[in-house]
Amino acid sequence: MSENVTQTQNLETFYYDNRIVRAFGWATILWGLVGMLVGLIIAFQLYVPAYFPSLDLGIEYITFSRLRPLHTNAVIFAFVGNCIFMGVYHSLQRLTKARMYNDFMSWFHFWGWQSIIVAAAITLPLGITQSKEYAELEWPIDLAIAVVWVVFGINLLMTLIKRRERHMYVAIWFYIASWITVTVLHVFNSLELPYDWFHSYPVYAGVQDALVQWWYGHNAVAFFLTTPYLGLMYYYLPKAADRPVYSYKLSIIHFWSLIFLYIWAGPHHLLYSSLPDWAQSLGTVFSVMLIAPSWGGMLNGLLTLRGAWDKVREDPILKFMVVAITAYGMATFEGPMLSIKSINALSHFTDWTISHVHVGALGWNGFLTFGILYWLIPKLYKTDLWSKKLANAHFWIGFMGIILYAAPLYWAGVTQGLMWKQFTADGMLQYPNFLETVLQLVPMYVMRSLGGALYLFGVVLMGVNIYKTVKSGSFEANTEAKAAPLAAEYKSKSGLKHRWLERKPVPMFIATFVVIFVGGAFEIVPMYLIESNVPTITNVKPYTPLELHGRDIYVSEGCYTCHSQLVRPFRSEVERYGEYSKAGEFIYDRPFQWGSKRTGPDLHRVGGKYPHSWHYYHMIEPSKMSPGSLMPRYPWLAEKSIDLDMTDNKIGAMIALGVPYPKDYDKIANEDLMKQAQQIVDELKQSNINIDKDKQLVALIAYLQRLGTDIKVKE
Amino acid sequence: MSVIIVLILVSIAIAVSFLAAFIWASKSGQFEDTFTPSLRILNEERDEK
Repeated sequence: MSENVTQTQNLETFYYDNRIVRAFGWATILWGLVGMLVGLIIAFQLYVPAYFPSLDLGIEYITFSRLRPLHTNAVIFAFVGNCIFMGVYHSLQRLTKARMYNDFMSWFHFWGWQSIIVAAAITLPLGITQSKEYAELEWPIDLAIAVVWVVFGINLLMTLIKRRERHMYVAIWFYIASWITVTVLHVFNSLELPYDWFHSYPVYAGVQDALVQWWYGHNAVAFFLTTPYLGLMYYYLPKAADRPVYSYKLSIIHFWSLIFLYIWAGPHHLLYSSLPDWAQSLGTVFSVMLIAPSWGGMLNGLLTLRGAWDKVREDPILKFMVVAITAYGMATFEGPMLSIKSINALSHFTDWTISHVHVGALGWNGFLTFGILYWLIPKLYKTDLWSKKLANAHFWIGFMGIILYAAPLYWAGVTQGLMWKQFTADGMLQYPNFLETVLQLVPMYVMRSLGGALYLFGVVLMGVNIYKTVKSGSFEANTEAKAAPLAAEYKSKSGLKHRWLERKPVPMFIATFVVIFVGGAFEIVPMYLIESNVPTITNVKPYTPLELHGRDIYVSEGCYTCHSQLVRPFRSEVERYGEYSKAGEFIYDRPFQWGSKRTGPDLHRVGGKYPHSWHYYHMIEPSKMSPGSLMPRYPWLAEKSIDLDMTDNKIGAMIALGVPYPKDYDKIANEDLMKQAQQIVDELKQSNINIDKDKQLVALIAYLQRLGTDIKVKE
Repeated sequence: MSVIIVLILVSIAIAVSFLAAFIWASKSGQFEDTFTPSLRILNEERDEK
């Protein structure tokens, strides 16, 4: 520990660590640029086939479905994540009047987190993914995340214990809650059974997997993108405006009510799915209640600027923050609205969702980050921002970027939703060809990418501005500060020293309960889950070995980024896709593949809809089978082979998870696999297509042809 | 759907741990002063050199 404490009278002199803050700051800017650039590339890829078909190079590593998870992960965990850490390491030291507990831990946290980001940037383009949105990283990386996160937590907690300021400012509460909840979410959503060094199957299947994933997914938004940033808002907004928060009391109420409500809202991601109705309603009710604390927080932020709006006119930092808080307010109003079933019926699976999250990401997270960076970096370098004018330009360019991004996608979302549901007067689907509803959106996709480009350009301007600021200042690695230590002991009113008895038992008891409970849950969960996965629909059978290989390819290529596998119980969907999805059909789906957006049609009932040859040509050149298709080409699937040595690992893992394959089936599975592959290859041969049995495309066709056929109602 | 029970229990556990934190915070006087902390954070530069 490098904390250098010298006592003069009652005051201790100590030093704040600015190096670690700066390091996280640079990482924020770097990964922000990378994450947004990848976002721009995939926005472009969405309409490439419409205008520049020759630009779809058919390179697997940069195809849309593999890059999209990279974009979301980079922006959430690399850009926003590093900004959280920058803000926490800077503000926590000052709020507690203490240096971070341990410098080694701080740097372990920094380099650990950056290594995880690099690992993500390598594995996701390689198609190594669990396909759970915002939890795509495979098990070795999951473990690394847990270790780094715990080190961060210890560093955080010990700094609090060593604090010299008794009162914990509200921002600290937000940091603590974020840490605790993210820990639990990460652990439970990452329970998976590895079957080789880079692949695993989740312990949950089907509906259960979906529920856990969206419990995680929703709370990742809540406790990674929201609560830490609210902590940052409560620190940096008053600092930047140089006036106290409007109501400190309200900030405390905001905190406690928000964290008690947030954790229950996850099921709103699964409305009209096979999730039990009462669970869906629970999600809706809590989502609507969330408006109250969210708007309380927003108003508290905005009212902090009462009487200071003249400053907002001048100061780009405050402008960024005001728009950020407003975007928070809009997104947290829209979220509950989208959780209402009748609205969700229209919005779900459309680009409306994408627009909604980008108001949050670009507006709330992005703009608050920029405001903080513009305020903090000059402070660390003991100088003024190089150019206020350039920062103002960044603000307006970024702001226009958000508008140009969000507005077209709202338009696209509503267009899509309405077209899917439109019937003609005589009761037929108005747009029976799904492609028609996609091509309608192309102009909106073009505009959206322009918005994204503007936003990214703004960030580049910020990079220049900050670089120039750094050049003109001199960095202060350690800031000296003085404070009196906390009184070690305090006497209760009765005068007796029973602080321990008075204050510890309740928390201790509960902490113990939680620890025991979590430990117990680890043992109970798998047993519980296997039992409840006993087939409820008798003709739903486990996947054949070939289909399982095919399914893993479907997962690995990221098909779920554009295709859902969940037919909702609406007449428009049953008409278009077939019988609506039943919970019992998904019991062998590890991981579930319901998806969250339909840039392509739903695939749950695609089995048997087209001949094998159609799928063959469609994967190699989609526009051949559906002219104008925006789907990327997947020619490598016909070149690359499946790993037959993996079959027994895969089947073995499934057996371990309770899937009822015959005894020792893993040893002989490859024989069945070859038989089924032979059938497909033979049928393809009749259409003059020659392909080897072990090619990935054969396995994928086997899987696609199986999809949803177990209970298919014959027409 | 048994996993929902697990999730509800885990969620309750988180909520209970927050409740414990809240009780601790209230009892130890964290919320007795709901005004000066908002001013104090603005003054910390005076303590820095």
